[in-house]
Formats: sequence, structure tokens, C-alpha cells
Amino acid sequence: MSDFNKSSLLEIVNLIKSKKVSSLEITNHFIKNIEKSKKLNCFITTCFEESVKNAKNFDAKKNFDGLLSGVPLAVKDLFCTKNIKSTAGSKILENFIPTYESTVTNNLWSEGAILLGKLNCDEFAMGSSNETSYFGNTINPVGKDLVPGGSSGGSASALAANLTPATIGTDTGGSIRQPASFTGTVGLKPTYGLCSRWGIVAFASSLDQAGPMTKNVEDSALLLEAMSGHDHKDSTSINKKKENYLKNLNEKIKGLKIGIPKEYRVENMPKEIDNLWKKGIDILKKSGAKIVNVTLPHTKYALPTYYIVAPAEASSNLARYDGVKYGYRSKKGKNLIEMYENTRGEGFGDEVKRRVLIGTYVLSSGYYDAYYLKAQKVRKLIKNDFDKCFKNVDAILTPSTPSSAFKVGEKTNDPISMYLNDIFTVPVNLAGIPAISIPAGQDNKGYPLGLQLISRALDEQKILNIAFAMEKSIGFKQSLNRWWE
Amino acid sequence: MEKEKFDYYIKTDKNSWEVVVGLEVHAQVISESKLFSGSSTKFGAKPNTQVSLVDSAFPGMLPVINQYCIEQAVKTGLGLNAKINLYSIFDRKNYFYADLPAGYQISQYKNPIVGEGAVTLDMPYGSKKVGIERLHLEQDAGKSIHDLSPDNTFVDLNRSGVALMEIVSKPDLRSPNEVNLYVKKLRTIMRYLGTCDGNMQEGSLRADVNVSVRKKGEKKFGTRCEIKNVNSIKFMEMAIDSEAKRQVELLESGKVIEQETRLFDTKKNETRSMRSKEEAHDYRYFPDPDLLPLEIKQSFIDGLKKKLPELPDKKKDRFIKKFKLTPYEANVLVSEIDISKYFEEVIKNADIKLAKNWIIVELFAVLNEKNLDIKDSPVSPKNLASLIKAISSGEISGKIAKKVFEIMVETGGEPSKIIKEKGLKQQSDPKELEKIIIKVLGDNSEKVSEYKSGKEKLYGFFVGEVMKASSGKANPKLVNDILKEKLKK
Repeated sequence: MSDFNKSSLLEIVNLIKSKKVSSLEITNHFIKNIEKSKKLNCFITTCFEESVKNAKNFDAKKNFDGLLSGVPLAVKDLFCTKNIKSTAGSKILENFIPTYESTVTNNLWSEGAILLGKLNCDEFAMGSSNETSYFGNTINPVGKDLVPGGSSGGSASALAANLTPATIGTDTGGSIRQPASFTGTVGLKPTYGLCSRWGIVAFASSLDQAGPMTKNVEDSALLLEAMSGHDHKDSTSINKKKENYLKNLNEKIKGLKIGIPKEYRVENMPKEIDNLWKKGIDILKKSGAKIVNVTLPHTKYALPTYYIVAPAEASSNLARYDGVKYGYRSKKGKNLIEMYENTRGEGFGDEVKRRVLIGTYVLSSGYYDAYYLKAQKVRKLIKNDFDKCFKNVDAILTPSTPSSAFKVGEKTNDPISMYLNDIFTVPVNLAGIPAISIPAGQDNKGYPLGLQLISRALDEQKILNIAFAMEKSIGFKQSLNRWWE
Repeated sequence: MEKEKFDYYIKTDKNSWEVVVGLEVHAQVISESKLFSGSSTKFGAKPNTQVSLVDSAFPGMLPVINQYCIEQAVKTGLGLNAKINLYSIFDRKNYFYADLPAGYQISQYKNPIVGEGAVTLDMPYGSKKVGIERLHLEQDAGKSIHDLSPDNTFVDLNRSGVALMEIVSKPDLRSPNEVNLYVKKLRTIMRYLGTCDGNMQEGSLRADVNVSVRKKGEKKFGTRCEIKNVNSIKFMEMAIDSEAKRQVELLESGKVIEQETRLFDTKKNETRSMRSKEEAHDYRYFPDPDLLPLEIKQSFIDGLKKKLPELPDKKKDRFIKKFKLTPYEANVLVSEIDISKYFEEVIKNADIKLAKNWIIVELFAVLNEKNLDIKDSPVSPKNLASLIKAISSGEISGKIAKKVFEIMVETGGEPSKIIKEKGLKQQSDPKELEKIIIKVLGDNSEKVSEYKSGKEKLYGFFVGEVMKASSGKANPKLVNDILKEKLKK
């Protein structure tokens, strides 16, 4: 038996399609890995019985045409999955079993994929370290005491530890790209509206976007192709033809103009991040791309803007968790108001409460204009910055994060420093444009670091191609000794 | 006829107070499915059987606008002579309640779909324009049921997500009666358009009533109180009356009116405080990020405009001009689109003057008594037209016609058949009538002598006897002619 831990998603798809291995063999391989990796705390729910049954059913089928033929996949527990517990990392949804399947996961199953289980994440995707999960923090396989980033931290860890051949996450302010960067994997946040939000537990509706998390760029193209597509059930879904990202993937980037925004050279940025960035620039130059200095003048306002817009929307989106219809309900309380207070007080964790409070505050009468409305205006300016920029360049290159993975507990008492982790990723969400993070090197501790490529809306193919070219030159290798098994 | 003068003031020993009212009418949109989901809107279904995952706000569910509801709102806006906004925004109105599953209601706040308009009321003191401030679309909430159990509240979400139009008037109304006619006018317009059935028992039409008072002649408005959720026109009138009197009493005793939300207690006929301004909710409105701004094209509006029916005001003008009706008659006949249709159907084949009288007097009496809609009238327009034709042609007298009509009401039958079967046809053969008259005069020769010697009052007696002898079927005109002739000799 070959070592599937070394296989990419595409390789596994091809192995199954050519009937060299069965879906069941592959599924059992990952189930075994998952069972040995409890220490990482990647999973909130597993559904092995169903996975095995589905794999057998798949093997009995005649049609292996799907993009993800017979591949077992674990997904972030923010996606609602039919008849499988979907918790969003929260106590308030601890026992919530949806009767419906999110559009994005449904797309995966339609392409032949099989669900392995649901991956840990920050509660309601609010967090940058996976430490706000009600189900305990996930550990980064890169190091025993390291966070995997967040909020798609369970997804990133599971992928890096080979507990799933690929996975999907959601990205509201960097929740795919930052954990990808922290775990040495590839994470792509698509254009807002490319992947349907229907059936994904909402955090901040105008920013949330699902995307692929994979071991390499090829897999990213494949998985994006499988998961994206117009959905009439989501009014913000973009109505356009599906792209063949994988088929059109190539490394011909000669002549492309790549912008380097000076505003991303932040104070106190570690030297090694700066060096990594330079390394990226050099690689692009060598590949024939043209490097252009660009300016995104409103970058410094992105984080404060984000921390008004996202909590505002979240405060409203999370109002439905009130103990009345589904989910956790406190037994305490003499009347409706007390039931609400106790349910939400006991059901939500601190970070969620913090953001609900911030959001409620910025939308309150008397503060709305000063905060929410102003933030919306700044958001437009940030988008205009990018629009202007993309008149001259094809893509923008930045670091993915201002640091490598930090230690568990290091930032839990300092929300601001935690929020600063999203400084390079947040502007992209505010502008609704796509970005990809690829592993580009290690810091002096040997922890992975990522570079981010940003393009204009719907230009996913372009950043995939640039990332594909860079990936080859960088030759990033990560060998984890599976210390957790 | 001289016009009456407006005279609704609350008069006290000291002052005359003017009552100022503005209305927020909530009208349920006629549509198969809800504003943002595919669930049915049918009234009266078992609790929680018309509820989708969207209506009950399950995680990850998203609203998708129902285009038909947009059409209905635009049509209503056109019916209110209002400006249709090509760009409008759906906002979230955030508050917690058990029958509000998402914890917010999707509504329109700063940018409604319909802007300013006006409706015209026919008051005894002349026509009165009432300004419309705006019309916006919003979702209805579910229903909390508190009276099934002492310890529990039950929630029925069938209504959750049903489309409502909130029609906000300017503070242009000045009396309970104006409010009455205004609500009826709105209802008539919406029924003509087919955008709201106006059924107040089923809650399809309800209103928040804003009341303030000011001294007669004063230009500045007083502080208003909002009476929430009044669900019949009668209660609106009662609530305004009692609230205005309450405010006047307060002001005359030197107190001030606090702006607040009040409820109307229909049993005690009084309003009472629900929450003060300080306790008012902060709804934290903001644009719903799940929905894009609503952009509609002028061509879409023009297309709807072309399909609009003739509206009551226009129809009334036409009825007055074309059919020579009085404004009162025209008003009555256009008050419901089905009445106007009935009327126009009848006069296709019958005399207009007779037709309007028969409909307004006889038919309405029957419908009222039987509590029937004109659509369910036992007398079809075709049959009423035949009846009127029989009168016009002298086939039957007006008196006999009433008898025939009674039978038509009971049986739904055709007048010609009834006349034939019951032998009610008017006796119009002069020879036959002459025979009857000769007999009557012969039987009463003494009275004939008295008549001839000057007691002319007896003429009526002879007519009565002739009619009796003919079982009421004698053609009165012929009877007259022949009788006069015979008595001369």
C-alpha cells in the first residue's frame, strides 16, 4: 500500500478514478489517521459509519465522473450538514442537527466526495487561534504548544496532519488564509459571492466566504471548482458560468504586473517576514513578472473598519440563538427575558459575547453614524484603493500574516493583539476580492510562513496561476514527525 | 345643496380642540408565498404548518425576495398616486421576541420602495386630500398565543415572513370619521388592485394610530401618542375619540402629554400606556447584508401601470358623467370593484335609472340582511337586468316587480319564468280591463252616483277595487284611462 499521506487530493482522485485504490481503502486510511490523532483535537464530530457506508456505495457505482470521485473529506463545523451535528464551535448549537445540507458541501457530495466529520473552529468563526471553540482548542501539528490559527484552525490542522486530503473553511477576515499560513498549507478566499453562503452558519454576512484549504495549488484549483457556483437561494451569489480552474491552471506568468503595497510593511514586523516577502518578489521577478510599487492608502483603517462591520452584522446574525426554536436553552429564568439572558449568557463564550456587545453598541441610535455608517464609507475607500491599484497591476503580493504561529494561551487575554493577526487579510474581505495564501518558507523556529496573492474580483484563475508558479520555485517542504500519534 | 362645515372639535368650557391623526396602516400583501420564502400564506392553516427553514430562522438560512410582492407594492404605490423609488433598501429591525425567530424583522427604513402620494376623500364638507408619506415592505412576525395555558406561551409561525405593506399617512386626518373614510378608501383602492384583501377579521389590515390635539387655530402640532395595532375601523374611531379626550383633559388641567406608545382597551373604551419614549426600543436598523439593494427599472413600473384597473376615483367620475349618477350614488357603486362590475353588467341591458335604484335600495337591503358579498348575490346581474326590462316594457308593475324580486332572492330564478309561472304578468288588454271595471262600477253603483255628484275622493276607491279584482296585475295607466272615461259618462 502506498503512503496516502504523501498524496495530494488530485492524486487520490486519480487513484480512485483509475480504480487503483477503492474509495473504501482511502476512507479507512484517513479514519485510521483521525483515530490516532485525538491529541490535536481537530474534530468536533466524526461520522465514520456513514463514511464507510458511503465509500462502499461509491465503489459499487459505475460512474466515477465527479471531480472528487470517492474522496473522503472533513469540513469546518460551520457548514450545516444534513443529519450530522453542526455546532459552529458553540455550546449554543452543541446538539444541533440540521435537516438540510449547505450548498457548498452539497456541491462536494455531488462531485463524489464523502464526509469524514466536522472540524473544530473558533466559536461562530470568531477568533484567530481556534481557542474560542467551546470544544477546546485545536493544536497545530507543527508544534505541541502552537495554535493552528483561526477560525478555520481545525481544518488547517487536520489538513497539515493528513487527517483529510483537503478541506474547506470559511474566511470572514482571514479565517482561511491565516491558519493556512500557520500550518504550511494553501488557503484561498474566493471573491465574495463565488461560493454560496446558504447553509453556512453566518458570522458577518457581507464578509463571509467559503473556500478551499489544500496541500498545494493544484488541489486548491480543483476544490474551488467543485465547491463554487451560482445558487439562487443566496441573493448575494454571483450568477456566472462555472470555471475550469484546474484545466486552466498554468505557470505562465511572464509579463504579469505584480504590485507591492508599501502600507503592508508594518511597524515591528519580524525581519523574517520581510525577508520572506523579498524572497517572493525575487521569485516573481525570475519568473518574468514585473514588480510595481503600489499604494493602498486606507490600509491602516481596514482593521478598525472590520471590527465595526463584522461585529455589527454578527450581533444581528446571532440574535436567532435565543433558546426558543432550537439549540441550547437555559433551564433558569422566570420569564422570557430571563430565559433569553440565561440562554445566551450560558450558551455563548466570551469572544462571541464581546463581539455581540461591540456590534450592538455600534448600531445603537446615536452611535450608528459615528461608527457603522462611517465604517461603511471607509470600506468603500478601501475597495476603491484596490480598484485603482488593479488598473495597473494584475495581482498584489503581501505576507499572509505579521507573524508565524503563536503559542496556545499567548494572546487569549489580549484581544487587540489577537485582532492584529488579521491585519494583512482583512482588507481583502472588506473589498470582496479573492486572495490566496501559499506556504513560502519557515521562520528561525521552523514554523511555516505564508505569502498572500490578491487579485481583482473573479480573477481567481490569475492568482492560482501565479501561486502555482511560485509554489514550484519555492519548493516548500514540511515533514512532520507525527509526534501526536 | 349647501355643503356642511367641518365640525369635529373637542369643545370644553374654555377651548375648542382640534384632533390631529396620522395612520400607519399595515396591509397584508396578497401573494401565494411569503416575502422571502416559498411557504404558503394561506390563512387559517394548522399552527406551524406553513413554515420554512427561512421563516423559522435556522442557521445559515437566507432570504430571497419574492418578486411578486414587489409588483404588488409598486401597484399599490401607483394606486396611491405615489412616487415609486427605483432604488430601495431592506433593513433589519432588531428586537427580541419569541415570535420573531431571527431576532430581527426585515423591513425598509431609510429607503422605502414607495415615496410620497395622496388619496382623496369625499367628505360632506367637500373633497379632502390626505397625504401619503411612504409605503414600505416588511415581514410579518409570528403569533404568540398566551391563553392556551397558564404556564406556557405558544408560538405559531405560519404568519412569520408574510409580506406586509406599511402605508404611512401624513398627519392630515382631523376626525374619527375622516379616519374611517381614509381606511375604507385605502381598502377600496387595494381591493381594486388586488394587492390586499382588507379583511380586518383575519388581520390583513390593521393600523397604528397617532393622535395629538391642539387648540383650534394653532399651527404647531401637539405631542402625539401612538396607539398600537388597532384592528377594526370602529375601534380606531373609538380609540381616537377617547385618546383625544384624554389628552385634552390632561392639557386643560395644566399637565403635558408624554410621547408614548399606548394600547386601546376595547372593553373599557380607553387607551393605556404600553411604553414611554424612554422605554422605546432601539431597533438598531441597518441594511440587511443578506439582500442586495432593490433596483427596479422604469420599464417594470410602466408595464404594471398599463395593467392597472380603472381606479375608484376615475370610475366615479366616469359614472357621474356617463350615467348621470349623483356623487352619492357613484360613490356607493364604486365602493367595491365587484359592485361596480355588477352595476355595469346590469346596465348593459337595462335602464340606468331603474338599475341604480334597484341595486342601491333593493339589492343592498337583501345583501345586508343576508350578510352576503355582491359576488355571492342570489340575483345575478343578468336576472336583475331582465327584471328591470320587464318593468320598463310595462310587462309588470313596480309593485309586482318587488314580488318577483323576492322570489328571485329565494330561488335565484329568472324573472320571466317566475312571472309566467306565477301568472304575474300585467293585465294590459283594454278589453279585459274594461270588463273588470264595468263589473266593479256595477257592483258599486251607489258610490258611482256619489262620485258623480261631487265626491271625487272616491276615485281612489274605484282604482283599489279594480286592482284587487285583477289581483294587482292590472296595468295602472290603462286602469286610469278607462276608469276616467267610464266615470265621465
